[in-house]
Amino acid sequence: MSLRSVQRWRRGRGGTVGRFLLRRLWLSAITLVLVSVVVFAVAEVLPGDVGRTILGPFATNEQVERLNRELGLERPLVVRYAGWLGDFVRGEWGDSFLLNTPVRPLVVERAVNSVLLGAFALAFIVPVSIGLGVLAALYRDGFIDRAISVTGLSLIALPEFVVGVIVLVIFAVELGWFPVSSQVPSANPVDVVRQFFLPSIPLMLVLFGYIARMARAGTVEALASDYVRTAVLKGLSRWALIWRHVLRNALLPTISVVSVQVGYLFGGLVVVETLFNYPGIGKLLLDSAVGHDLPVLEATVLVVALLYMLSNLVADSLYAVLNPRIRVGR
Amino acid sequence: MEGRDATAVAVGPVPSGTPDRREGLWDLTVAAASSKTFLTGAVILVFWVLMALFWGIVAPYDPQAVDPTASLAPPSGEHWFGTDNLGRDVLSRVLAGASSVLTVAPLGTALGMVGGIAVGLVTGYYRGLVDDVIMRVVDALLAFPLIIIAVLVLSVLGSSKVNVVLVIGVVFMPIVARTVRSSVLSEREREYVAAARLRGESGGYIMVSEILPNILSPIAVEATIRLGYAIFTSATLSFLSLGIQEPSPDWGLTISLGRVYLQAAPWVVVFPALALATLVVAVNLVADGLLQAVEE
Repeated sequence: MSLRSVQRWRRGRGGTVGRFLLRRLWLSAITLVLVSVVVFAVAEVLPGDVGRTILGPFATNEQVERLNRELGLERPLVVRYAGWLGDFVRGEWGDSFLLNTPVRPLVVERAVNSVLLGAFALAFIVPVSIGLGVLAALYRDGFIDRAISVTGLSLIALPEFVVGVIVLVIFAVELGWFPVSSQVPSANPVDVVRQFFLPSIPLMLVLFGYIARMARAGTVEALASDYVRTAVLKGLSRWALIWRHVLRNALLPTISVVSVQVGYLFGGLVVVETLFNYPGIGKLLLDSAVGHDLPVLEATVLVVALLYMLSNLVADSLYAVLNPRIRVGR
Repeated sequence: MEGRDATAVAVGPVPSGTPDRREGLWDLTVAAASSKTFLTGAVILVFWVLMALFWGIVAPYDPQAVDPTASLAPPSGEHWFGTDNLGRDVLSRVLAGASSVLTVAPLGTALGMVGGIAVGLVTGYYRGLVDDVIMRVVDALLAFPLIIIAVLVLSVLGSSKVNVVLVIGVVFMPIVARTVRSSVLSEREREYVAAARLRGESGGYIMVSEILPNILSPIAVEATIRLGYAIFTSATLSFLSLGIQEPSPDWGLTISLGRVYLQAAPWVVVFPALALATLVVAVNLVADGLLQAVEE
């Protein structure tokens, strides 16, 4: 989606980096508002009688009505939505029903843990996928190319928990190289790899297929372009050519793909953190959903949406800075 | 309306009666069947469909039969895939486990396809403001991870087979609608649509009897791709214990519950994981084969 709108933009009249980012920011804002409406609808409207839910089956009807009035539940939906969103924006996220602790520090801590894990997976897989994608393009239609695209295609299809269980059995149970459940690592790099490597494999495998495919397509396109032909005729060596001309252009579509995939990364984190028992925001989301801990559930979904929007913005900025067509703004 | 102008331009020699480019689904299947990718996928898929229907005949044991004396037994001649914590035969449970995922996923896909085709036809054919608004909303929501929406909704609605089908169907609807819409957009400019309009056919007739038969190929491809995602999603939701509940031998659920015995008895989770992997890859191979056949 994001990729397509970027392409549409590229074909358009052109503009400056600022205008490009403004447009993308606007789209993210719409997404964020829609997500917040869904969260509000699901968490505040669908459960029906909130007072009854909180007080339980033994409270009298008068008690339930009084609590509902105190909570402001008799106000119109739009007013309640505005108030709810306002509280969230002001940082008043309430207390967890289950843990009786304030929601904000909990969610922020878990979000940081997840970002660490996600960043580790990205830092590992992006260069590897781009490298293999470029390699596949260089040996186009050969054995390497087919091997890479077939593996990529099959790996995309596998659910994260299937891959996760299989790597757990091989590397944690049979070989004993890694722990069965992952903790937040200390600053020691060995510990970081020990804790993060296994849980990031399922995340990486899903991303690998997409990124490699995009890098391959970008490279194939760049190799066929006039400027590469000029560079070849100029007598530039093969590797200098790839490094200076091809890679840079192959990177652009790859960045847009990574920014789209960040969304799937957050979905994958729910599964992976549950499987590896890692204290991240994905596990918190599931735990609060299963335990009907609404304040935590609402906050986690909104924070995930916010993180997703931010990572998209970073990717878009990178795209704009690297792409001469946007940077120059002809 | 925009559509009327297109008709006016396309006056010229208008072919009367039957559309000029009606590819049957049968032709598509025949074309796809020549590819190795498609055949491999189809064979595995048919195997699992047969298992989902007839596991009762093939399975060596009753998948629910508890045997306390054979708890967590490793694979052997008696139990090829070993037994789980209650002494139930893992092979029988893996075979029987195909039925739940192959019920929920196709039903969810069907729901999403029917709704998506309807919305896609209407928005693509009539265009206008409704189209703009719907597509903007779809774009914005598609940006958000599906599994998180599903977790949110299922936690409130409660976890059951029916709710998983509903969630998958509703989430797929806009995605399918967008694919169908883009096919309709190119189809509606064709001469046979103009001809039908000049004959004075109603919009509903043109959409269902003229355009729909001509976009069956992309719809078939989309349905296979969606089926793959539906299996992926329903299995993941079972794994997160938000989908199918005990004592179903469902693969995702079995893996989720078997994690506790991971170190003592990895076979309890490995075999359902491999079964799920083959099914998902098979559906993707079929989709890939169909896609290639359409593009040729």
